[in-house]
Amino acid sequence: MRRIRFSPLLAILAILFSASSSADPLKVGFVYVSPVGDAGWTYMHEQARQIVSEEFGDQIETAFVEGVAEGADSERVIRKMAKSGYDLIFTTSFGYMNPTIKAAKRFPKVTFEHATGYKMAKNVGNYMTRDHEARYLAGMVAGAMSKTDVLGFVGAFPIPEVVRGINAYMLGAQQTNPDITMKVIWVNTWHDPAREREAAESLMLQGADVLAMHTDSPAIIQAAEANGKYATGFNSDMSVYGPNAHLTSAMQHWHNMYRDKIQAVLDGSWKPTSVWHGLKQGANDIAPIHSDVPDEIVALVEQHKSQIVAGDRNVFQGPIYNQLNSIMVPEGSQMSDAELLKFNWYVQGIEGKIPQ
Amino acid sequence: MRIEKRLQPSRTMVLMSPVLALVLTLLTGAALFKLLGHPAGLSLYNYFINPISDWYGVSELLVKVTPLLLCAIGLMLCFKGKVWNIGAEGQFIFAALISGYVSLQLLQAEGFWVLPVIILSGALAGMAWAGVAALLKTHFGASEILTTIMLNYIALNLLLWGVHGPLKDPDGYNFPESALFTDQTLLPLLSEDYRVTVAIYIALFMLAVVWFVLSKTLFGFQIRVLGESARAANFVGYNSKLLIWMLLLFSGAMAGVAAVSEVNGPVGQLIPTLNLGYGYAAIIVVFMGRMHPVGILIASFLLGLTYVGGEMVQIEQGMPKSIVGLFQGMLLFFLLACDLLIHYRLVLPNSAIPSFSSRRSKQVVS
Amino acid sequence: MDIAFIDNVLFATVRTATPLLLVALGAMMSERAGVLNLGQEGMVLVGAALAFIAAYVTGSMGWGVLAGAFAGMLVSVLFAFIALSLMANQVATGLALTIFGTGLSAFIGADYVGQSITGLSPIAIPLLSNIPLVGKALFAQDLLVYLSFGLFAGLWWIMRSTRLGLIIRAVGENPQAAHALGYPVIKIRYLAVLFGGAMAGLAGAYLSLSYTPMWSEGIAAGRGWIALALVVFASWRTQRVLLGAWLFGFASILHLLLQGYGYDISPNLLGMLPYLVTIIVLVIMMRRKQGIGDAPRSLGRPFSPSR
Repeated sequence: MRRIRFSPLLAILAILFSASSSADPLKVGFVYVSPVGDAGWTYMHEQARQIVSEEFGDQIETAFVEGVAEGADSERVIRKMAKSGYDLIFTTSFGYMNPTIKAAKRFPKVTFEHATGYKMAKNVGNYMTRDHEARYLAGMVAGAMSKTDVLGFVGAFPIPEVVRGINAYMLGAQQTNPDITMKVIWVNTWHDPAREREAAESLMLQGADVLAMHTDSPAIIQAAEANGKYATGFNSDMSVYGPNAHLTSAMQHWHNMYRDKIQAVLDGSWKPTSVWHGLKQGANDIAPIHSDVPDEIVALVEQHKSQIVAGDRNVFQGPIYNQLNSIMVPEGSQMSDAELLKFNWYVQGIEGKIPQ
Repeated sequence: MRIEKRLQPSRTMVLMSPVLALVLTLLTGAALFKLLGHPAGLSLYNYFINPISDWYGVSELLVKVTPLLLCAIGLMLCFKGKVWNIGAEGQFIFAALISGYVSLQLLQAEGFWVLPVIILSGALAGMAWAGVAALLKTHFGASEILTTIMLNYIALNLLLWGVHGPLKDPDGYNFPESALFTDQTLLPLLSEDYRVTVAIYIALFMLAVVWFVLSKTLFGFQIRVLGESARAANFVGYNSKLLIWMLLLFSGAMAGVAAVSEVNGPVGQLIPTLNLGYGYAAIIVVFMGRMHPVGILIASFLLGLTYVGGEMVQIEQGMPKSIVGLFQGMLLFFLLACDLLIHYRLVLPNSAIPSFSSRRSKQVVS
Repeated sequence: MDIAFIDNVLFATVRTATPLLLVALGAMMSERAGVLNLGQEGMVLVGAALAFIAAYVTGSMGWGVLAGAFAGMLVSVLFAFIALSLMANQVATGLALTIFGTGLSAFIGADYVGQSITGLSPIAIPLLSNIPLVGKALFAQDLLVYLSFGLFAGLWWIMRSTRLGLIIRAVGENPQAAHALGYPVIKIRYLAVLFGGAMAGLAGAYLSLSYTPMWSEGIAAGRGWIALALVVFASWRTQRVLLGAWLFGFASILHLLLQGYGYDISPNLLGMLPYLVTIIVLVIMMRRKQGIGDAPRSLGRPFSPSR
């Protein structure tokens, strides 16, 4: 559906030049929080958009707006997309949650999907990857490869999503190395490669010999490479940034979720759901493991992976102790998704406190 | 070709140079779009006309204009007095933090006084933050350009501290956002269908007030004298320190109201990413509007349009966001460059027209 | 805590300080000549983007470094022309340059996101690099760090004991007098701004070729602004710029180290510390000089010889 244009002449031009197809494709919009050139979070969503756009071909038409701030701007962009005839709009940052809900009220016929949040509505679903599952596996590799028994983690902000990943990494490491400890440094930014590198250097100075991060850039891999240490990546396979240092990466495959959601809308079977896919659905995986890692560790990682996929194992299954050695998750039970969503404590073995 | 100083600033050029700058920006922009493989006409249409081709678009432009204009009103007075306040951004952020805190305390309060109290708290907080720069300037002689830049960063860290810490929504799953504001703490909307709030009226009212003050009152004259020279101001008996205080406090108050217009308007809660650069963009608005009330009104619309237009060309034509930076940078460069024509004139080498001023001025650029 | 640990802390400090040092030295020179260029961040970004692209395309680090410096200088010409020749307001022109540079760098760098290069590798100078404490920090760095030392030494010498240094200062303090004495004020200011642009470009090259060899949008992450603070902190003195850059670098590393040791300090409250300290330094400085201070007296004011 096309709006009435301001100027008839330009309207004709607009129609002539716009890629309108007679099959009336499903219009899918993406709202990104940072530029697609951030080499991290948004870059991965953009890769996924390109994949589904290729797969669906003529059936869909996609567009994105990048670097949309999480304030008043985001609601405008979301509403503008809805008004411009977009049928399905993905909003890919936590801070878009309330703007998405607000915009959705005004456009009941448009479908919205919000990443990493917890609110839903008649026409708003949300989606997230269980990146902690891949992190757990990466942690297993990290624990086995640490000689100093100290891991280093560079975190962006102490929000549940990041804390969850840190804990999963530690629990994984404990599977292969019961003596392992972990230091965490917060850099207070999603994207400042030099700062991330400084944090990595600091962690290595304090004895960490395997690094991980929940920030955007591959700077910590480069830092580990330069210092002859190891690191595990995040978001994508980051081996290119440090062929010797890169043990594996906890990867996110957003396109699998995008494909499902788009298909559901095409089929008319879409319903507002809270989708939290993990290893099982292919929303996460780990990158090929470095050849330095002993075969029995690789086998153990594979075993745990297949157990998680089969549902026989949960990353956050008891017994889990907190830093004060009191039991938080008793043996035989596991943490609920609601608990995971507001994770704000560290498991045993992690040093320091979560800043408040 | 050389450049020659005019005896008097050209009135025609005061009006014409922004138009010239805009035309140059559009031409360069068109060339840029062509270079990117996009049809120039359609791209310019999508950038500058499509975003405001319906009332909703206009309303969204107003949403963007409101905080810009409010900040710019305060800065305009400062800059006229040659007080280079680069700190509207920090004053905005600090005011957002304080008025946000006040709003959170008043979530359940009822009564006509709630919103005035919130707006006042924002204005006072902005004044307090600007007051720091005023104190540093008048008592220690520290350049306000430098101190206000520092204060911007300090304010941002304070906001982050607040949102990540004490002001975090207790029911918000530990995410760094405050609770959502309730209706009585939100500025009234002009219409249910749009997001524009009454803050745009406040902005327009203040603009009119400032216009009156500048053109009709002694205070306005004093600011202009201060702008010429602080010593001259003191010489003729004006208290230049007091003037500096008043200018900074006023612009702080305006930035504070701008913060309320944003946080208690379209945002509706405290979030860590309130530092969208309205304070910096407002500096551009003031220069684009050549420090005149009508000028900054037009300039704030134009600059606002470069933002929303940037979103439009992304949606419609898949252009990158960096286009916005290029456009804004170019517009400002052209504008600043064209301003030369107000005070100078171009003289062709073999100009037959005898130039009266040529004897009294020297060549500046050849 | 052993010697090797301190060695490494100092090594990391110098690396962290290098981009700040490069930008700040350049900004100091243009400010000494009376020109306030707030476009540092934009110039760093353009330098970083072009340095990476050149190094990626040619495979040569040397071309990368040159391209970075050249790109920074090229965009600073824009600033110089508008602010100096056309006498526009320097604050506004500088802000425009930052906005423009941020956009331009993102624009030209878009195709190079996610690409990787082997960055500059450190070259340890035999013997010297084995000196305890300072050896590793000063003599086991990469070429750009050495270059920053060399540039520092050169500038220090120029500002301290040469006629050129005196002229630059005169131009910044009292351009009318300098003009009357026959010095080409505008030309000197042009050179100072262009030099500042090249330095900012080098800082960008250091980020995208050495420290984190990659290109991503906004890779400078505000370092251009911090460098502007640093110049004030250093009260426009060359040797203090170096000390200040090291101090900023050390504080930055220390903050991270303390977190690693488990000290519970709000990163936000710590994050404002450098700016707070800079304000305090500025105040102390102004106090001591009874309100005159070390700031070049004509800083930020346009100069027209015809006045």
